[in-house]
Amino acid sequence: MGVLIDKFDVFAGGFWLTLQICVLAAIGALILGAIVAVLRISPVPPLRAVGTGYVNVFRNMPLTVVMFFAAFGLPALGSNADFLRIPVIDSLFTRLGTDLPYFRFALIALVLYTAAFVCEALRSGVNAVPAGQAEAARSLGLTFGQNLRYVVLPQSWKASIVPLGSVIIAMIKNSALAGFFGVVGDLSATADQLTGAEGYAFIPVAIGISIGYLIMTVPLGALLDRIEKRQAVAR
Amino acid sequence: MSQQTSVLYDVPGPRQRRITLISSLVAGVVLLIGAYFLIYKPLDDKGQFSMELWGPLVDPSNENFSLVWERIGLGFKNTLIAAALAIVASLVVGTLLAVLRIQLKSLARRRFTGMATPLAYLLRGLSLLLSAVTRVCVEVFRGLPVVITIFFVARGFPEFGISFDTLWYLVIGLTIYNSVVIAEILRSGMEGLPGGQAEAAAAIGLSPLQTTRMILLPQAFRIMLPALISQLVVVLKDTSLGFIISYEETLNIGKQIIGVLDNPIQVYVVIAALFIAVNYSLSKLAQYVQRRLSRGRKTANLPAQQAPATALISQAEGGGGAGGGGN
Repeated sequence: MGVLIDKFDVFAGGFWLTLQICVLAAIGALILGAIVAVLRISPVPPLRAVGTGYVNVFRNMPLTVVMFFAAFGLPALGSNADFLRIPVIDSLFTRLGTDLPYFRFALIALVLYTAAFVCEALRSGVNAVPAGQAEAARSLGLTFGQNLRYVVLPQSWKASIVPLGSVIIAMIKNSALAGFFGVVGDLSATADQLTGAEGYAFIPVAIGISIGYLIMTVPLGALLDRIEKRQAVAR
Repeated sequence: MSQQTSVLYDVPGPRQRRITLISSLVAGVVLLIGAYFLIYKPLDDKGQFSMELWGPLVDPSNENFSLVWERIGLGFKNTLIAAALAIVASLVVGTLLAVLRIQLKSLARRRFTGMATPLAYLLRGLSLLLSAVTRVCVEVFRGLPVVITIFFVARGFPEFGISFDTLWYLVIGLTIYNSVVIAEILRSGMEGLPGGQAEAAAAIGLSPLQTTRMILLPQAFRIMLPALISQLVVVLKDTSLGFIISYEETLNIGKQIIGVLDNPIQVYVVIAALFIAVNYSLSKLAQYVQRRLSRGRKTANLPAQQAPATALISQAEGGGGAGGGGN
């Protein structure tokens, strides 16, 4: 068990890096997912086709393949993902500004992949609003924007919060893949490093790494269960 | 995409149709121009569309064509084998786990009256302990990333002198995660059934185990079939994680091909297309089953229809929608 204490800073560092990936990827995925959701429910057929195509492609592809695409495709497109070196943010999330692009590539892959699921969560929320609600709003003379703001979105938000949460939990778990794609020092890379190259005993390291992930996923899952139960009662 | 595309719009009139048509054309042109300048041109400049790179994959007369596809076929076969083994094992283990948890829950309410007091306390303690242990196992393995589970299995087992083929590490890793998820799917399916089902079973004298086996489980399977099929998609995608323990599945083979031919983008496009084709058909199957089920019986009104939060939301199509309808 000594490794847990001796290498506590390594575990803590790995946890912090994984948390950074998760926070950044969650923000990115929510934004991109919202954009794709807007495309998917827009009245213009080509935009809808783009949204649908995006979701079908990324939802049915393993994240591993997306990661490989980010690692090989982006350099071929002539980009080192330098646009992610955002001045103020990269002083907090230091890995965004490093010369090695793997952190940014992993982040992009995670965002692209998760956005498809975020889009579906948002869209299923909008579709869960009974059609009569929007019809009633229209017949009252509300404009499209008012309709969205006062009638549809408040209701769809309730229906999509739980699916969104489970998407985020899945994303936290998927972020473990980054460690196997050249992102040095996150929790999964730490597991590999400590049990492989540094030859520590397996069980203590496994416990430490597991705790790191469970701290992030279990409370979030419990919170979601609570919200779900409360909603079930309210309904 | 029929009239029911969205609750947000009325059925368009002639003017609206004209506006839609014009904006469609504009959007289409803008998208095409954007795709050309942002994606096609940079790739073309780097020579990514040359026959030298694509040839081995698409041109049957290329010397490497048959060899490359033979390898990809082998990799895909290995992927399917791993996925099939994992899903069968997870179904079996998951069902057992679900039944166990339901049984333990009903045991927890039993007081074991009529037995000697110490024995009754012992049995109650035992059942409470077991149910706590299974609960913790479920939470832990559900909360861990699959990659980590697979990695732990592949690193941990040899440490205790147990070593298998890499296929089995992958299958065991996938099974641990997915059986827990499937157990939760089935359990929430069984708990979502109307209470009358279990009561009626008890009334005609079935034991708790018989009730679960003959009454609850078949119905839970039926209701949860779409979610289970979606889980199959997840398993198929997750087999690609086999590359971290160097199991020879599609991606690993792809990596080997790239090592020789040096055409990463092309190979990954082909592999991605393979995965998308298979998984897309599976998701469509799940949707079809869901539609048939909700049409067949009035199961759509059951709260159980709502997919459990764990099962990713690859089934967001039906899960969130049907359950959230609140009708």
